[in-house]
Formats: sequence, structure tokens, C-alpha cells
Amino acid sequence: MSRIKKFNLPDLGEGLTEGEILAWLVKVGDTIELNQPIVEVETAKAAVEIPAKWGGVVTRIFHEAGTVVEVGHPIIAIDTEPGSPLPDSPAPAPAAAPVSAPAPAAAPAADEAEAGLIGGPAPGGRTAVLVGYGPRTTSATRRPRIGTPTAPTTAATAPTPPPAATEVRPAEPVGPANGAVRTGPVLAKPPVRKLARDLGVDLAAVKGTGPSGSVTREDVHLAVAAPAQKPAPVAASPATAVFDASREQRIPIKGVRKLTAENMVASAFTAPHVTEFLTVDVTRTMKTLEKLRKRREFEGVRISPLLLVAKAVLLAVKRHPMVNSSWSGATGEIVVKDYVNLGIAAATERGLIVPNVKDAGRLTLRELAEALNELVRTAKSGKTPPADMSGGTLSITNVGVFGIDTGTPILPPGESAILAFGAIRPTPWVHKGKIRIREVTTLGLSFDHRIIDGELGSRFLRDIGSFLEDPEGTLLSWT
Amino acid sequence: MAKGESVAGSDIPAGGFVQLLTPDGERVDTVTTADGTTYSVDFTDEEYRGLYRDLVTVRRLDSEAVALQRQGELGIWASLLGQEAAQVGSGRALRPQDMAFPTYREHGVLYCRGIDPIMPFGLFRGVDQGGWDPNEFKFNTYTIVIGSQTLHATGYAMGVTMDGKTGSADGEAVIAYFGDGATSQGEVNESFVWSGVFNAPIVFFCQNNQYAISEPLERQTRVPLYRRAGGYGFPGIRVDGNDVLATYAVTRAALDNARNGQGPTLIEAYTYRMGAHTSSDDPTRYRIASEVEAWKAKDPISRLKAFLSKQKIAKKDFFAEVDAEANKQALDLRERVLAMPDPQPVTLFDNVYPNGSPEIDAQRTAFTEYQASFEGSAH
Repeated sequence: MSRIKKFNLPDLGEGLTEGEILAWLVKVGDTIELNQPIVEVETAKAAVEIPAKWGGVVTRIFHEAGTVVEVGHPIIAIDTEPGSPLPDSPAPAPAAAPVSAPAPAAAPAADEAEAGLIGGPAPGGRTAVLVGYGPRTTSATRRPRIGTPTAPTTAATAPTPPPAATEVRPAEPVGPANGAVRTGPVLAKPPVRKLARDLGVDLAAVKGTGPSGSVTREDVHLAVAAPAQKPAPVAASPATAVFDASREQRIPIKGVRKLTAENMVASAFTAPHVTEFLTVDVTRTMKTLEKLRKRREFEGVRISPLLLVAKAVLLAVKRHPMVNSSWSGATGEIVVKDYVNLGIAAATERGLIVPNVKDAGRLTLRELAEALNELVRTAKSGKTPPADMSGGTLSITNVGVFGIDTGTPILPPGESAILAFGAIRPTPWVHKGKIRIREVTTLGLSFDHRIIDGELGSRFLRDIGSFLEDPEGTLLSWT
Repeated sequence: MAKGESVAGSDIPAGGFVQLLTPDGERVDTVTTADGTTYSVDFTDEEYRGLYRDLVTVRRLDSEAVALQRQGELGIWASLLGQEAAQVGSGRALRPQDMAFPTYREHGVLYCRGIDPIMPFGLFRGVDQGGWDPNEFKFNTYTIVIGSQTLHATGYAMGVTMDGKTGSADGEAVIAYFGDGATSQGEVNESFVWSGVFNAPIVFFCQNNQYAISEPLERQTRVPLYRRAGGYGFPGIRVDGNDVLATYAVTRAALDNARNGQGPTLIEAYTYRMGAHTSSDDPTRYRIASEVEAWKAKDPISRLKAFLSKQKIAKKDFFAEVDAEANKQALDLRERVLAMPDPQPVTLFDNVYPNGSPEIDAQRTAFTEYQASFEGSAH
């Protein structure tokens, strides 16, 4: 029927609800063939390419790369008969939108997903749900029962309670809530029934807003509160009017954000943190880096100050093994590790992750440089395997890349120390008795005070600082 | 043409498996294993071309299914990409009277059994139970549960024995398909025990595609899988699963042994799953690209194509015609899949009992009335 067809994001892997557009492989105006890859989408399970469902010309792309799209929502529109003139307003529906104009509200009816296809309307007013899009949660309208009033069917799609609950009247006879019907007994779960009984609420008189018009716990509470509130013009208050919900963005807490939050809270409230700061002159570190870059052994590998900071940490750990440990409350032990799985906090598009270089103390400097580069590259591309994120023993967070002097880092769970490495700035500094412009940075070390006393933490941080002030001399005297 | 050599002290030939067609398309005349068994094939040109057509067709249909899943038309799909030779070789080795028990990935064997390729799509689209008549095609319905079909196959094989249909060249044999991961399942091991002890006329055909979803082979076994058979008292053999000729030869021999009353054989078809485990899986998270590249060089189709070209058994127009025909079938399959009707909810009650039951009939009636109580219903 309709020649401009919208393609909705399918459920790509058994019960997924959303996917992130990673990259578009086509653009508006492109001529595409059936099954030609058009877009890369990443779901919780996999990153996959989606092949075009129809050949034709791309008339609209609904979401830019980086957008998270809910399953069942359109992502691309394709004109399946390009070249032929658009039909002059076919009988019932408004004509399809002009191809050139990607109007936001393009022709609602004509370029809907076709009737009979998944996600599209099916005969009888039902939503065709085969497989692929899963049950619709947003607009699952139910066919009304024969012989019941049909007017308020839309109520089912509006789970938001009426403003200020002024519509709830316990005493009035109940109208057909939700279009699904109150001919039989009231629908409510047993705990809700008990709640209603305890509060003296007659369930039959409560308007249900739950699935199929069932009465929810909130409905019962609302029914109790309603009589008293009746005259109160809550919604009219100017304060609430200014800060209404339309000016708030609600971001679901999930994925990396959720995990990060859980880890941070767990860490902050189990390990008593202490943070110490040290400002150091790293001019010599920068010079050493220059020398390393010119050496044959480091040909082809990117070297950054982070490399020598990592080296400093690894060498300092050798001198103070106790900092590389974890608190095992369950067994009543402190586990001191002979290996350093060096975590590097990385800001990625998906949020904070802390992958680690396994047994970093055993690597040569070049190997360490390669491992760090690889770690960061993998993290940025979002392909860090779970194994790289577990088992860290000690971490570095490089806040300097954001132009920040330092911070008080929070320990990754299970680790006892984390070093924040700030921005390196040319700074007036007393050097050999005179004020000189030197390259200076600030280090911040947080440690678990259950294991590491102030003295140990200070010595550890001081050693890192010593190394960065004079890497070559320190290396020779320590080894 | 090279002659395959056997390795002393081993029951499989050099290279670790029976191979009759190298990845470069060189034909190995015969392969003799240490126990003296000789494997070879003697195909006419027409038969060679037929095998090529099978391989290309099943791959093309499979790629269409993958696309349909990505387009939201199938809930899930388990691709056979890379395993075409293992499936076509063994599928064509079956004689008409032999019974096969597949997993959910045996689309190639299904094709060889003469079943309309559309048949499994109802299951993966969620509009029917994916059923066909197993007796009509001698091909059981797809089994989703890992390894359980080996027990069904063993039971069926016992039935064949009890019916007295073994012990001759035109006897019946049974083949059970499963993967490397399934070898760790209790069911598979129980089947091995039972079949070994009772000398069941069965071939256990393991497509070792190296991964049980994300779990690599070294997490399943410390010894080559085919050697497991020794512990159960029947022979095991490894075949190059990307070599359709060797797979055919080895499977045919094992089936003939079974029908002749010689008992079970375990075949390990050494192959590689080039795609994802299913459409819900992302293999790049657990496999390295270089491994996949290495297996690409062992592709089952390109080696047969190289052989056919070198031997002048087929020319360019033949290959083009096969591609075009496979493409046509794929597009036809697409159209038919898209046209699959939604089932009526009441059909839920149809296949509960063969002859109905008063209880189910009452439920059907009540449900029909309930459906009719909605406006716009067809009833």
C-alpha cells in the first residue's frame, strides 16, 4: 500500500527492550538494496549490523548515532518505489509526506508501519505481535468488551495518575476504568486487598490504574488521601508550576552507570578512605620521556606521562607490598598480593570503567606502554572484555587529561589504594634555590585506612613522587 | 593425487582427521586409518555438482534467515555458516530408511532430507511449533534442549533393533546430531553407555564447531572428542567437517556398519562455526579475528569449487546458475516467511491430544467465548 516504509528497531536478541545506534552505514538520499547493511546497533547482548528490509531510497533517518532507541520505534524510512511520482492523495489517509521534507510529523497514517506487519496494526484493531518486537508496553490498547461503554479507552494508555488526585472519589459509582471493565469482581492483588481492608477502603469504589484496570497499592493510598485533599489546589502553586517535569530529564539508571554507582557506594561505605596529596616537579620525568621516545626500543609505541606514573607506582609497590592488598572481612584476613593488576580508570562513552593490566609488575617498560595503550584503546571502543575489568589490585585515575589538578579518588571495591594523577602545568617553582618555571603536577592518593596507616600511605606516595622528580636517579638507587 | 598416510599408533590419519579434499581443492584418493579401514568416494560428475549445489543453497538460505532475524521477522536464528559440508556430507550419506535426530542448527540436513526449507521458520518466527511429520521425512523435529535428542535417537535405535530391521545391507540406521558442548551433557553420555552396551544401530554425529556458545573446546575435553568413544566401547573417528566428501564417506561407512548390526560409531566432524552461536550472541566477545580468518581459508564451498574447476567438472556458467537459483530460492523463502499467518489463539488447544479430551474441549469452548466477548473479534 504505502510506498514509504518505516523500519522499526526489532528485538535483536530474545527479549531486549532497546538498542543503541552505533553508526549509520547509509544516509538520506542513498539508494539501497534489500539486505544491504544499513546500521550498526548495539544491544545488551551484541553489536550487530541490520540489513535493509526493503530496497529503495532512504528518505529519513530518525535517530543519530549514539541514540538509544526503544525496540519497536522507527529508525529509518525507505521509499520502496523511488522515481515513480508520488500518488496524488490516495483516498482516506493524508498523503505521504513529500520525500524531500523530513517533517517531524510526517504523514502519520500513510507511512506508519504497514498493516499486518509486526508492530503494525492488524485487522480487528489489534497490534500484531508475532515475534521480534515483543509485547508492547507503551500503548497496549485492549479491545473493549462488547456491551461496555467505549469512551474512556485511552485511559489504559495513561498510567500517570490524574493531577492532584482530585478525580478520586471513593463514594461515586465506578465508571469503566481503562476501557477494560468492571463487570465482574474488582481486580487487585491480595496484598492490595489486605491494605484496602486495613485502611477501610472499598475496593469497588476505587478507580484502578494498574494493568487491566486492576487496583494498585497507590490507588488505595490515593483513595484514602482524596477526601481531605479535595479542595486543595495543589497543582496551582506557582513554585511547582515553574519547575514542572517538562524541564527535568529522567535518565534510567542502568548499565555502566548503575554498576559504577553500586561500586562507589559499596566502596565509600565499607572502606574508610584517607586521601593525601603531593605536589611534585616532574620536569625530569618529561625529559626522560623525550629520551625514551627517541630510543629504538620504543619505536612505534606511544609514550605518555601515564607510563612513568604507572612505573613509579609499580616500583613503589615493591618497596611497600602492603599497599597492594585487600581486606577480606569474610575470612578475617588481609590478602597481600605478590602481583599487581594495575587498573586504569577510563572514561568511555558508556561511563567509567577500570580495566587492568594483569601482572603489570612483570612487564618491561615497553610492554607496559603497549599494554596501557591497548587497554585504553579497547576501553574507548567499548570492547573491554569482562575479564579485563575484574581482579584489579591497585589503580590509577588520570584526571589530568581533563585539565584537573587532582581529586580524592574512591577506591575500586577490593583495592586498597588508588592514585589520582593531575594535570601537568608549567608552574613557578623553587628549583636549586631559585624560582624557575618547572613542569609540576599534583598526586592524590586514597587508601583504605583499615589496612594502610598514615605512615605507610605517606611513604608510598613520597616514593612515587621521588621517582617522578628524578626517574633515572631513583631507578638506579632502588634497583 | 596424493595418497593419505596413516600414523602408527593412532587410529586416525596424518593431519588428525580423515580428509579427501584439501582446502586447496586437491583430491586425496583414499585414506586408510590405522585399524585398516579405507575411506574414499566414487562420485559421478553430476553427483559432485549436486553436492556443490546443496552447499551453496543451504548457505544462501541460511544467510536469508539471518537477515530476516535482524529485520525483526524471526525471534532467533541459529546459523549453520561454516558447517555446510558437515551437514550436507552426512545428510546425503543417509539412506532413505535411516532416521535422523537433529539439534536446532541442522538446516542443511533438513534440506537433504527433502523437507521444504520453510518448515522450521514457523518455530523461529513463533507462529507454530515448527512441526513436520518426522515419520514422513525420517527427520525428527528440531530439539532445542542440548543433547536430549541423543536419548531419543538411542531409544529409536533400540526400536529398530527390536523390530529386527538391522543385520543386513538394507537395514535401518539412526543418526543423532549434537555439538561439542553437548558432549559434556549427561544425556549424551547416557546415550553412549546405552548404545554401546546394547549395540544400538546408531551413529553419533558430533559437529565440533569449537565453541559451545562462548565456551571453547578446551573447556569441554582434555582429549580429542572422537576418542571418548573408546571408553564406551565403540569406535570413534574424526573427519574434516569442512570436507563434504570425507564427511560423506565416513558417515556412510558408519551408518552401514550400524545397519549391518555392527553397533554405534562416534563421528567427530571437525569444523568451525563462522557466525554467531545464535542471533542473540556476539562472537567477537570471545573469539579473536585471526582464528576466524584462519578458518575462512578452510571454507567448505570454495574448496569444492576449486576442485570442480580444476577437474573441469563445472564451468563458470554452472557456478553462476547455482548462485542465481539459490538466490531465487532465498527470495522465495523470504516472501513465504513474511506471508506466514498469525495463529489464532484458539489453535493453542489443537495439538494437545490426538483424539481430543473433554477437559481440553471445555477449555477451548470457554476460551472461544471469552475471545468472542471482545469487540471486533472475528467470532
